[in-house]
Amino acid sequence: MALITYRDALNQALRDEMHRDDRVFLMGEEVGEYNGAYKVSKGLLEEFGEMRVVDTPITELGFAGVGVGAAMVGLRPVVEFMTWNFALLALDQIVNAAAKMLYMSGGQFPMPLVFRGPNGAALQLSAQHSQSWESWLAHIPGLKVVAPGTPYDAKGLLKAAIRDDNPVIVLEGEMLYNTKGEVPDEDYVIPLGKAELKREGDHCSIITSGKMVLVAMQVADQMAKDGIRIDVVDLRTIRPMDVDAITASVRKTNRAVVLEEGWEVCGIGAQVVDYIQRDCFDHLDAPVLRVHQADVPMPYAKAIEKAAKPDVAKTIAAVKKVMYIES
Amino acid sequence: MAAKKKSDNDPALGKSLLHSMILQRRFEEKVAEAYALGKIGGFCHLYIGQEAVSTGTLSLLRDDDYVLTTYRDHGQAIMRGMSPRSVMAELFGRIDGCSRGKGGSMHLFDRHVNFLGGHGIVGGHVPMATGVGFAIKYRGGDQVCICYMGEAAVNNGAFHESLNMAGLWRLPVIYVIENNKYGMGTALARASSIKDMYKRGATYNIESAEVDGQDVWAVRDAMQDAIDRARKDYAPTLLEIRTSRYMGHSMSDAASGTYRSKEELESDRKRDPINLLKAKLITDKLIMDADVAAMEAEIAAVVQDSWDFADASPEPPLEALFEDVYVETTT
Ligand SMILES: Cc1ncc(C[n+]2csc(CCOP(=O)(O)OP(=O)(O)O)c2C)c(N)n1
Ligand SMILES: [Mg+2]
Repeated sequence: MALITYRDALNQALRDEMHRDDRVFLMGEEVGEYNGAYKVSKGLLEEFGEMRVVDTPITELGFAGVGVGAAMVGLRPVVEFMTWNFALLALDQIVNAAAKMLYMSGGQFPMPLVFRGPNGAALQLSAQHSQSWESWLAHIPGLKVVAPGTPYDAKGLLKAAIRDDNPVIVLEGEMLYNTKGEVPDEDYVIPLGKAELKREGDHCSIITSGKMVLVAMQVADQMAKDGIRIDVVDLRTIRPMDVDAITASVRKTNRAVVLEEGWEVCGIGAQVVDYIQRDCFDHLDAPVLRVHQADVPMPYAKAIEKAAKPDVAKTIAAVKKVMYIES
Repeated sequence: MAAKKKSDNDPALGKSLLHSMILQRRFEEKVAEAYALGKIGGFCHLYIGQEAVSTGTLSLLRDDDYVLTTYRDHGQAIMRGMSPRSVMAELFGRIDGCSRGKGGSMHLFDRHVNFLGGHGIVGGHVPMATGVGFAIKYRGGDQVCICYMGEAAVNNGAFHESLNMAGLWRLPVIYVIENNKYGMGTALARASSIKDMYKRGATYNIESAEVDGQDVWAVRDAMQDAIDRARKDYAPTLLEIRTSRYMGHSMSDAASGTYRSKEELESDRKRDPINLLKAKLITDKLIMDADVAAMEAEIAAVVQDSWDFADASPEPPLEALFEDVYVETTT
């Protein structure tokens, strides 16, 4: 196995899948000549040519719709958004078209396409460029939503997304692209809808996904020093959600913290907590707590931006609280 | 393009335009320095090379007119009369910044000078400018709204929807395309089905013109026509002002070497708007070298003062994080 970046893992997945299936093509802003705004598509234009690695104008609604149309007649588009903030301009195509084409055509038109790009905040990009959209997208029946947190998961989930016959949203992260991890060269897919227990512990569960997996792992490492064993459940797929993995963990630990990058109100955590209260009511030793972004647009100034984001310290505080540990 | 020069022999005006352009340039050179030192973070897009556009257009506006622009907003903010101090403090993320440290480089705002932002989503502000034009007409005013955008924004649906409404309803909006030939790493020819962006106006029944954006006098002439049209007849205008950005798209992008050749950039730099104006004023004996030197010294002090001010300004306090999400309704 090679130690590679999350960026290169995605690049491998794209390259492999384009070799495997000539209906797969990549389209988006700066994906070709510039090798991707975040270099995820590096070398692909050279390898596959202009019909399969397509630079678009800044027309998110337009090219998302081109993806939908091409998928209707049998191609398998991978549509890249430079960031998910800009994908808001394409929501009509994602929500009104891709998500429900199969249903409203009575099963005639499947939508085998992928919408992918970085989601959430980087550093000091302020309000319009620092948003986490997972709960918006996961709200929509007809879409699948994945949020890989490691290079291994990035490759396996993107491959699965491309091979899936439904529209799949892949949420990456600007702050994840440079992170490294072990990734096999060979072909593998990670089944959609399956969580992974990233760390075993019996004192408290942390249920999370995407960029926050790294935070949860740091929390688990730090708390292990004090003898506190955290069960880290990485959802990997946000929709459909692996409810069994969540409830199995909570039944074991009897305590849970749900950690997400986005806002609290109507967030992913609210859904997770609902599954827990329904299925694990009698197993809980404390109310489930949530860690998330402050309920405000992201500010620019450094210190208050930091204060707005979920982090290790806030998560540790929440774990201590559900474990009734005085801090 | 007609070579009519209505306004180029007023020495005081020439000097003031030169002053404005040099101020924007030196200010942004300082911004680059601060960015390298980590005093400024996030995305930061410099305007260097395009100063004749902001200067030529905004020098003709009245105080009660309105301005909207993109994330490449430092030059226009300063030219519109926002203090270098408040702009630099915003870039430093400090409480005395024009947006109280909440917005940063891409989101400069100042209601005192009708500077309605600093917007980060390509094309997103173009309908807003159309709305400002609507409000002007609604109230029977004779102001104008100027809306700057890059040439890549023209390919976005928001542009076309906006121009159609402005042409249909006759709204006093001046849409300025700052055609610097690239949208990030994509050359115009690789993103637009036509080469002449100003021609988009005709489809929407909007007067348009192509303007040399390195010549501040040419920019002023085109802008004056647009303003007259808007104030008199509520008529919109589309100006394609051709210019060049001498820096990378943002601080993380090289000025040349990948999508743009070094030769192209060097050739563009030969038509530096500041040098062109300076040379013209000196040839016409409207200013002397000593005047320019004095101007540079004065500007250097203003720019340094903006840095010192920003550096001394406190970071927003933690409470600020939760302020300004909603306003108290008072009625
Ligand atoms: C809707 C949207 N898509 C993509 C981006 C990312 N982006 C920011 S600036 C830019 C290029 C814009 O070029 P242009 O309009 O020519 O303006 P310039 O930067 O040259 O001033 C891109 C692609 C964005 N901010 N908004
Ligand atoms: Mg441009």
